[in-house]
Amino acid sequence: MDQMLSLFNSYTAQFPTLWLTLKILLLPILPLIIAVAFYTLAERWVIGWMQVRRGPVYIGMGILQPFADTFKLLFKELIIPSKSNRFLFRLAPMLALIPAFAAWAVVPAGEGMVHADVNAGLMYLLAMTSMGVYGIILAGWASNSKYAFLGAMRAAAQVISYEIAMGFALVGVLIASGTLNLSEIVQAQAGNLGIGEWFMWPLFPLFVIYLISGVAETNRAPFDVAEGESEIVAGFHVEYSGSAFAIFFLAEYTNMILVSFLVPLFFMGGWLSPFPQGWGWIGTGGPHWLALKVAIIAFSFLWFRATFPRYRYDQIMRLGWKVFIPITIAWVMVTGVLVYTGVLVPNA
Amino acid sequence: MNAVVRYFKSLLLIELLKGMALTGRYLFAPKYTVRYPEESIPKSNRFRGLHALRRYPNGEERCIACKLCEAVCPALAITIDSEQRADGSRRTTRYEIDLFKCIFCGFCEESCPVDSIVETHVHEYHFEHRGENTLSKQKLLALGDRFETEIAAARQQDAAYR
Repeated sequence: MDQMLSLFNSYTAQFPTLWLTLKILLLPILPLIIAVAFYTLAERWVIGWMQVRRGPVYIGMGILQPFADTFKLLFKELIIPSKSNRFLFRLAPMLALIPAFAAWAVVPAGEGMVHADVNAGLMYLLAMTSMGVYGIILAGWASNSKYAFLGAMRAAAQVISYEIAMGFALVGVLIASGTLNLSEIVQAQAGNLGIGEWFMWPLFPLFVIYLISGVAETNRAPFDVAEGESEIVAGFHVEYSGSAFAIFFLAEYTNMILVSFLVPLFFMGGWLSPFPQGWGWIGTGGPHWLALKVAIIAFSFLWFRATFPRYRYDQIMRLGWKVFIPITIAWVMVTGVLVYTGVLVPNA
Repeated sequence: MNAVVRYFKSLLLIELLKGMALTGRYLFAPKYTVRYPEESIPKSNRFRGLHALRRYPNGEERCIACKLCEAVCPALAITIDSEQRADGSRRTTRYEIDLFKCIFCGFCEESCPVDSIVETHVHEYHFEHRGENTLSKQKLLALGDRFETEIAAARQQDAAYR
């Protein structure tokens, strides 16, 4: 055993890049792909149940349905429209997927469980989440189809609008925690009160706006005008089939899971327990608490989709610019006052 | 004042939360879906499925070639030829129903004076070759023989209302 361990250590020392790649593949990427697969299943089940249907029940009681879907997509032909820009057409899915995966580098799963514990983690996240829209714009443009182009324009305008509200909501978190490091943001929400110490209470409007902007940012229902079936067929990915479509799908769901992680990290105390710290094992934090919170937020995404009809495009713009941005600016100031008067103490 | 109330209602997402409460309740509601091949819903005794020609208990075919069904058929799906049999009775030599034309209205069954042509409860059938859509007299009689108990039971149930 010792021999194997030393052999392993010597190998990892010899090929650090290879080892790092392997670590990245094994830790965030592979579980993410599996999580996305089962998230699609959960989506079909939850929406089915809310519509008083059963959802998928046949392939292995429905459990194996996502694998059947994946393999069906992978075996399908990838059709490239003859008038498309072939290079950009192939590049776009990757541009959508790479930032979606890259953002996970700074997302902590628990205390110290993070690939890159960088101090500007929040900035990096903002950069990565807004990079994803390039994939969408390029996909729409390179397809050389009016529906794809309209979908891409809508997606771009929407993501940019909500990025601002999202950024302002994070400014509030920033003021309250006094740090850009995600692990430290979670630590700033620790305290003897448990759930009472979380940022979602003093920053409640920002919490709600961040959650809603997260839905809009990932182009999910009710903000999914980028792929409004009734008007523009499927939006930016009309012309994509087979594995390229699967990659867009993967990117969209990875982003949803990312937002489901970020909302608990920023506002719901991350991996901290909702119970006071003095309560023994139930009060100690751990990845299981984070998993629980992520599951709640991820479920709410599906709940939204099953409940709300799609927003009209001008309503989306009105909500983003005339409601969310003023409220976030106002609440950022309120947060400033709270910190100034000592009600909220950063880094406490 | 009303405008102010409405403003705060929309700001606090009251209506959206109400909607979510509704869908949240339906999440746990019993599901309507019937897993069709494994389960099925009960069928009315007046269900109009695949056709059949019946016989009397002594084995004699009921049809007397009166051609009322052919005349009443709104889709012109029934074709009948007849001749005199050796014992002097009038019988069909050909009785065909084109299932591609048939609209399953049940008029043939209503018009039949001897309850010969009936529509059974069978609705799960398929054709594999061209021409199988035409049910010949032999096939119809065979169907009648095969489903006689069900056909008789369904007619028995309905008899009080006719």
